[in-house]
Amino acid sequence: MIPPAFEYHRPTDLASAVGLLAQLGDEARVIAGGHSLIPMMKLRMAEPAHLVDLQSVGELKGITVASDHVQIGAMVTQSDLIAHDGLARAIPLIREAALQIADPQVRYVGTIGGNVANGDPGNDMPGLMQCLDASFTLTGPSGSRDVAARDFYHGLYSTDRADDEILTRITIPVPAGGYAYEKQKRKIGDYATAAAAVLLNRRGGTVSFASIAMTNLSDMPVWSQAAGEALLGTDCGTEAVTAAIAAMLADIDPQADNRGPIAFKRHVAGVILARAIARAWSRT
Amino acid sequence: MAKKIHVTLTVNGEAQEFLAEPRELLIHTLRERLGLTGPHIGCETSHCGACTIDMNGRSVKACTVFVAQADGADITTIEGLGGPDGLHVLQRMFREHHGLQCGYCTPGMITRAHRLLQENPAPTEEEVRFGMAGNLCRCTGYQNIVKAILAAAAELNAKEAAE
Repeated sequence: MIPPAFEYHRPTDLASAVGLLAQLGDEARVIAGGHSLIPMMKLRMAEPAHLVDLQSVGELKGITVASDHVQIGAMVTQSDLIAHDGLARAIPLIREAALQIADPQVRYVGTIGGNVANGDPGNDMPGLMQCLDASFTLTGPSGSRDVAARDFYHGLYSTDRADDEILTRITIPVPAGGYAYEKQKRKIGDYATAAAAVLLNRRGGTVSFASIAMTNLSDMPVWSQAAGEALLGTDCGTEAVTAAIAAMLADIDPQADNRGPIAFKRHVAGVILARAIARAWSRT
Repeated sequence: MAKKIHVTLTVNGEAQEFLAEPRELLIHTLRERLGLTGPHIGCETSHCGACTIDMNGRSVKACTVFVAQADGADITTIEGLGGPDGLHVLQRMFREHHGLQCGYCTPGMITRAHRLLQENPAPTEEEVRFGMAGNLCRCTGYQNIVKAILAAAAELNAKEAAE
């Protein structure tokens, strides 16, 4: 499996990286950890003439935890996310999810920016970021703009990012209340058969806030507003959870593949969401 | 053909310099260019972990790294951990506890276990299993691999306590 030839660039600042993309046009791709892109290149499903390696771009590194929000540079790896205690205190949902992504070796190199920017519906971070109502900063030749994670995905490998833009930073409001990331997968390292990210908060005995997103159950992540609303004002009991699952099932559109037929995936999605809601509620 | 680039690596403590096409995969650099055949090619798709090496203090699957990305890196392979004349404690414990049968996955297993014990010198059995999840073995059922790593951790900790 020999990948196609390319020219290699390793800019040391963001302006140079953006400049290279502008200069080289659609012949160029950025590479972060490479664990999505390199396998695609080996299969000759991707044949970029130029690779712009972001590993030395300092502006893309680092995690900043403020009282009401967190900022994460695009080149922060999954293992960096797991190791960061301040982040785990502010948004424990991220560590819980990152531990369920791939395997140790892949987590050392796989980045949050690559995970959210690639547009692969199998990736876990896009749904997680929709659940958390994160926004992505995109930087191109004419400056930077922010796009909500809930508006970023258009379809399979299709996102709001233009070819000459780099996803540089993720900003996440610090949530209150309980959280859970539940993932059903065939083996360690596999993509989800179904996964659910859930945030809940309570006022007394009833649900005062709910956000629910599903992974790998459509050609893009699914933030199910209706599923969250089905829980609001309820006691989060069996009836409410059943209603939330029904609402979620109306929003997903899984396809049959080697993880199972459609009916199985819909069944697993319901089981996983019920578990995630129960765990998140127990943590409120 | 894309032009070759100048690459410098430190591999098992030795400086290496050469010209290579950027697309050369690090596993081929190590095996074919530098003659280090300890890291194996298993699945070639970043699943099996047979090609695991240590790069800049992290366990990495060398089949999924371009040599261009590795330029400037500090790399340790199984050959840098120990050899026939002086086995690393992990190598000795894999032998003592029958942590291998065919041995194909073993260099990747031990290289990964080495980093795991650097980060977590006294892991529980569950932590070993979770930390070794990126390395597949098709012979042993993992039981003896886990035993060997726990035994190596115990010996390393006993040695440190004695010092």
